[in-house]
Amino acid sequence: MADFWKRFSRNHQAVLGLLILCCVIFLAAIANIIYPGDPFLYSKFPLSPPGENGFLLGSDSIGRDVASGIAHGAKTSLLIGLIATLAAVFIGVIFGAFAGYYGGIVDDILMRVTEVFQTIPSFIFAILLVAIMKPSIESVVIAITVVSWPAVARLVRGEFLALKNREFVQACHTLGMGDVRIMLAEILPNCLSPIIVIGSLMVATAILIESGLAFLGLGDPNVMSWGFIISDGRSMLRVAWWICTFPGIAILITVLAINLVGEGLNDALNPRLRERK
Amino acid sequence: MNRSSKIFRYVSRRLIQGIPIILAIVVLNFFLLNLAEGDAVDVLAGEAGSATPEYMEEMRKKFGLDKPLPVQLAVYLKNVIQLDLGYSFRHDMQVTELIIDRFWPTLILMVSTILLAVGFGILLGLFAAINLNTWKDSVVSVFALITYATPLFWVGLMMIILFSIKNDWFPTSGMENSAMFYEGFERVKDIAHHLVLPTITLSLFYLALYTRMMRASMLEQYGQDYVITARAKGVTERRITFVHVLRNALLPVVTMAGVQVGALIGGSVIVESVFAWPGLGMLAFESLFARDLNLLLGIFLLSSALVVAVNLVVDVIYCFLDPRIEVN
Repeated sequence: MADFWKRFSRNHQAVLGLLILCCVIFLAAIANIIYPGDPFLYSKFPLSPPGENGFLLGSDSIGRDVASGIAHGAKTSLLIGLIATLAAVFIGVIFGAFAGYYGGIVDDILMRVTEVFQTIPSFIFAILLVAIMKPSIESVVIAITVVSWPAVARLVRGEFLALKNREFVQACHTLGMGDVRIMLAEILPNCLSPIIVIGSLMVATAILIESGLAFLGLGDPNVMSWGFIISDGRSMLRVAWWICTFPGIAILITVLAINLVGEGLNDALNPRLRERK
Repeated sequence: MNRSSKIFRYVSRRLIQGIPIILAIVVLNFFLLNLAEGDAVDVLAGEAGSATPEYMEEMRKKFGLDKPLPVQLAVYLKNVIQLDLGYSFRHDMQVTELIIDRFWPTLILMVSTILLAVGFGILLGLFAAINLNTWKDSVVSVFALITYATPLFWVGLMMIILFSIKNDWFPTSGMENSAMFYEGFERVKDIAHHLVLPTITLSLFYLALYTRMMRASMLEQYGQDYVITARAKGVTERRITFVHVLRNALLPVVTMAGVQVGALIGGSVIVESVFAWPGLGMLAFESLFARDLNLLLGIFLLSSALVVAVNLVVDVIYCFLDPRIEVN
């Protein structure tokens, strides 16, 4: 662990990313303390520029506090990103593990299915899924999961293909271990590093997809999110630039931070790759 | 067997491989249609609100909704093969017709985006690789990192604030100024003027992608044996970079341009709805508001088919570009 941290901290960009990410997580955690109450609550000061009437980042067309929206939206974005990624990794690992381990016809069928899901333009597919299921937190998470798992499946399949004929796996066979136990307890732990790396990058993509869906009006109407503020402030672009600008910066910074952390993890978890560079 | 007939066989085999994928997508489409509330006819007509009961009955018969699911699927397949994707009441038009109508603006936007993103991506990546580990390289890398993390719709809105509202350089929305009744060259100029902001917005993300890839690809090629050979022959570094390495480094970037078409279609939904560009993406956005689910399914089907087709074309181009690729 100390070794891992040493390698990770050698990448200054990754440390910076981690720092920013911690700030965003902290913001999400204290959203209810610094901005108690409903972020949808409107006030009698619509379209206040930043700094006026007590609004740090201004207010929107019906006087909702943009800063409060950003703080509460941080919670939404991070949670959706995390849950959707966990679900996608779960499905991807199952598909990839079975395809890679068993090979043959199982591999053929599972990979054909993966291929179809990979061919489909993912964002339009996500839009379609949310539109059919009606916009809600659950449907957004499901849609992001459905469009994200194929990449994990391909990666895990490759890892399982490479590992299944190694000596330690053959030893397990000789010991009479069951297939599922070999897959879960022996092979899977050996391919955790690339899964962690792809997972961390997927959180960033998930946040981008979520904000895009919310921008198109497909977010949960009862949950504050960054994409929602922007989509709502769009019609006010001429008179109130701040409504759209600040939530966008929040998305940009968060996604950037997660990408940096992901690259740092990649360097730290694959030391051989790093030395080759 | 000579190469051209080999390529022909390869292409036809890839074509046949594409068919099950398209078929699977059609079946998926059918199930999504069934997943929505009500039966397919409710989705087709009811959500649009203005269908008569007689028409709904007629539609039910046409779709065979009184029959079991497999039969319904077969009917749906038959309709899709005949390019009959149903009717959009909102637009009072056949879905197929509507999609073809709106396809051209999207094509213009996508082609100009690919040209801009691939072109500048190659230049920037090349620039970064030549100036490896200098401040120039860092500037390009930071630029790529930031654009890679920026949501497209936000870039679009910022562009509008900067270049349409604060400075009245470009129009905020639409594809042309139809009130002016421009014709010929004037019209082309007008469309090009409207095209600038959407194209730049949609390009940025892919620009980042191609820049990073071009840089990595150049670096990989620099490590190859043929570069050492060329150096030993006394070829100048300049010639090595621009004649030997550049040509080989371009290959993966070309493939990537094809692979990204699916993502590009998704991006165009966002960009078109920001700039009210009257293409397929805007149509998808409108159909969301009108709850015209069948139209959305049609767009989805067509864009999936487009991705399959583009991947095929890229594979074939790749065969011609790189003779080392075995087509067997």
